[in-house]
Amino acid sequence: MTQSVVVQVGQCGNQIGCCFWDLALREHAAVNQKGIYDEAISSFFRNVDTRVVGDGGSISKGKICSLKARAVLIDMEEGVVNEILQGPLRDVFDMNQLITDISGSGNNWAVGHKVFGSLYQDQLLEKLRKSAEHCDCLQCFFIIHSMGGGTGSGLGTFLLKMLEDEFPEVYRFVTSIYPSCEDDVITSPYNSILAMKELNEHADCVLPIDNQSLFDIISKIDLMVNSGKLGTTVKPKSLVTSSSGALKKCHKKPFDAMNNIVANLLLNLTSSARFEGSLNMDLNEISMNLVPFPQLHYLVSSLTPLYTLADVNIPPRRLDQMFSDAFSKDHQLLQADPKHSLYLACALMVRGNVQISDLRRNIERLKPSLQFVSWNQEGWKTSLCSIPPVGHSHSLLALANNTCVKPTFMELKERFMRLYKKKAHLHHYLQVEGMEESCFTEAVSSLSALIQEYNQLDATKNVPVQDLPRLSIAVSLTLPCQCSGVISAHCNLHCLGSSDSSASASQLLFSLVTLLDIPIPHVLEQAVHFVACTRHFFFQVFQ
Amino acid sequence: MSIVTVQLGQCGNQIGFEVFDALLRDSHSFQGLCSKRENEAYQTSCKERFFSEEESGVPIARAVLVDMEPKVINQTLSKAAQSGRWKYGQHACFCQKQGSGNNWAYGYSVHGPRHEESIMNLIQKEVEKCDSFSGFFIIMSMAGGTGSGLGAFVTQNLQDQYPNSLKMNQIIWPYGTGEVIVQNYNSVLTLSHLYRSSDALLVHENDAVHKICAKLMNIKQISFSDINQVLAHQLGSVFQPTYSAESSFHYRRNPLGDLMEHLVPHPEFKMLSVRNIPHMSEDSLAYSTFTWAGLLKHLRQMLISNAKMEEGIDWQVRPPLSGLPPLGKMSLSKDLHFNTSIANLVILRGKDVQSADVEGFKDPALYTSWLEPVHAFNVWKTQRAFSKYEKSAVLVSNSQFLVKPLDMIVKKAWNMFASKKECGPRKNELRALVWARLKC
Repeated sequence: MTQSVVVQVGQCGNQIGCCFWDLALREHAAVNQKGIYDEAISSFFRNVDTRVVGDGGSISKGKICSLKARAVLIDMEEGVVNEILQGPLRDVFDMNQLITDISGSGNNWAVGHKVFGSLYQDQLLEKLRKSAEHCDCLQCFFIIHSMGGGTGSGLGTFLLKMLEDEFPEVYRFVTSIYPSCEDDVITSPYNSILAMKELNEHADCVLPIDNQSLFDIISKIDLMVNSGKLGTTVKPKSLVTSSSGALKKCHKKPFDAMNNIVANLLLNLTSSARFEGSLNMDLNEISMNLVPFPQLHYLVSSLTPLYTLADVNIPPRRLDQMFSDAFSKDHQLLQADPKHSLYLACALMVRGNVQISDLRRNIERLKPSLQFVSWNQEGWKTSLCSIPPVGHSHSLLALANNTCVKPTFMELKERFMRLYKKKAHLHHYLQVEGMEESCFTEAVSSLSALIQEYNQLDATKNVPVQDLPRLSIAVSLTLPCQCSGVISAHCNLHCLGSSDSSASASQLLFSLVTLLDIPIPHVLEQAVHFVACTRHFFFQVFQ
Repeated sequence: MSIVTVQLGQCGNQIGFEVFDALLRDSHSFQGLCSKRENEAYQTSCKERFFSEEESGVPIARAVLVDMEPKVINQTLSKAAQSGRWKYGQHACFCQKQGSGNNWAYGYSVHGPRHEESIMNLIQKEVEKCDSFSGFFIIMSMAGGTGSGLGAFVTQNLQDQYPNSLKMNQIIWPYGTGEVIVQNYNSVLTLSHLYRSSDALLVHENDAVHKICAKLMNIKQISFSDINQVLAHQLGSVFQPTYSAESSFHYRRNPLGDLMEHLVPHPEFKMLSVRNIPHMSEDSLAYSTFTWAGLLKHLRQMLISNAKMEEGIDWQVRPPLSGLPPLGKMSLSKDLHFNTSIANLVILRGKDVQSADVEGFKDPALYTSWLEPVHAFNVWKTQRAFSKYEKSAVLVSNSQFLVKPLDMIVKKAWNMFASKKECGPRKNELRALVWARLKC
């Protein structure tokens, strides 16, 4: 079983992170009745004997002594982290895994990235290495941050580069909170675009989320609960909206409910890797299946159902509703409409009492209304995990690599350009050592290139699919091939029945001609090389 | 003679468990509609073939479990132990922590060489336990990373290390509408490698088995264990003991060898399929009776029309009247209705089995021109019934059944590849391998 480390950066990152750890503890408490430290828990927690001073207290098996989160908490001002450390979760965090400063980044990406980056580089490296050493087999770093601020955005993305250099084999999954239209930070477009460049280059996979969508979802739930519509009631133990049984009692802040959603997202994402199921999906499979281009690694997520129903044995009609909802634009965690855009790939991660036939039935049902890219018409990745989330009987997380992220990026770029044209607030950035205007222009061009990629894909949307002519080697030859390494042309001569040499020679010619006929330019060179290699054999056949 | 099973990846391990469970349940929980002595001989033969004995008397499956992550193996081991009837060997499993990430290249080029020695050692130990060793079953899926990539690697190694033993790969063909996005790449790579190193590929299609569960078994919410149980039933009905000749009452010693001898006359044609009849839920079984004539008629038509189950057979398809279509005429664009066979093996089990008439399968129109029906067709008849079915028939055939699905997979893999898309940020190896394979 592999482990993952969560790195929470900035106010937003730490607040979400705090919710996440709370939910993770509750989930494992519900699943793990015996209190034995097993592999599922070890993916996010260490088992530590707190009586042992210093570092040597890790226990790998047996009863749970004291759980410590595999987390690194980073913030350049103390308020949020202090609150966490005084709250009920203080024992879950290792005191050595914090990095704080006093003054904060002032909503300035440059301060977060350049100033604090260089200042805390060594400390960061040390904490990260420590957390990696505590892991038997580290698979993934989860970074949680916001894009609009200074610390989360600047220092968070500084980290990415560091992680890529130090731990190239470990995946970097980034949960980024994008600024909504009515964002209260004026410089958020600058911060976001500068951060996007880093995400483009150094992240393996990004889950973009925005506050507006989260808020809309919470409002919808409140509406359903208050109106008592259709007899739906929110179960008191639902992890989504309530915190009864939670360690954090105060539920007055509206962000808490929204942070819970993001925390649920992370839990569901890792559920199939932590718990058993009939069709497992590990974290490395997410990147493998959902990222066709290295740059196009932005996945729009949706979680359903968001409210539990009184019934536990839900007849298939309700189950199907869960699948339908996953594709509706109201349930996405980003302002996006995947149904009317182009899918590059889609993953459905189901938890609970759902079987393969339910999954297949719903895929068949929903497929006609979705548009997939021409080279991936059946682009589905599915997983079934037996353990449902706490308080639900089943749930679905849909991850879509879809061109519907484009509007978010385009809008961000527009807001950026409005400020940049007037050079508003620019001097705060340029004052920082290491920042130049070229940083801005590079960031914008990186984003423009990304948008262009999505545009190109969208252009293929309604174009009829044409099958590219295939290589069809009718008869094969055994070649002691000394051709280039890429083409190890390698076939067996077999003549069923007739050994008519003229027949086989003409078939050989046919196959060579088709080899040269492929519409892929760079292959022509290889093919010519191939023919050159085979020519001597070709003549041998006729002797 | 004994068969050692290598279970690879999540799919392989889940199916492997169901297979051993089905085999033991059939041989021990069921009288078999024959004499006690007969039944005991059957049980002994089955046990010797698939299980080894331990002091406590609990049979231990002759199996090696391999997976690159621990969850499934742990589950499989505990399920077997919980059944109380049998279990896996204590040290018969090999697992790692990280999984293969659905990446064939990881399974084949990274995990394979890295763990070659450990895995081959485990297999060696299992083989040494056999008094007389016949060959290997390798159970794997094609869509994932471990089953497909590591499976291909292990099969190759087995060929090198045990050149005189037979290897039959049980391959799970993924659902057409996607379980894994890169399944077409993984499948193409697996098949091309296996074709060179395996002796026979027994292909099980998820779509077909799913339909059996839905239509024949009437299961409303089909789970993977339902699917795996149907598969296990099919395999059991092929590989449970059978008589060695028409009239003798000794159980066949080397089913694997005999099967391959009959069904794989030419090394270039080694894809086999299984069709069994009847197949239904236990409730329906209580109300059904069968005749051999009826069963065999349906089975023959299933073969000709390439149907996978006894419902929805297309009775319009007939074998061509004036001999066979010429060999070179295999155009895939026109609908290939008639399913030509290279070789067929029918295994009949149950009551009055000697009276069953299999003449319909000896029609030369069913077969290719270069193999006479007397060589192409074989039948094994056994008195002892299988798993509560008073009469059951299973057909293992080497035919054109896989042409369309194979074409589909290659087409999709080619489309994805030729559009110049990378397959994720870390897989240049995969790209080169796919390119090489797609050309063969």
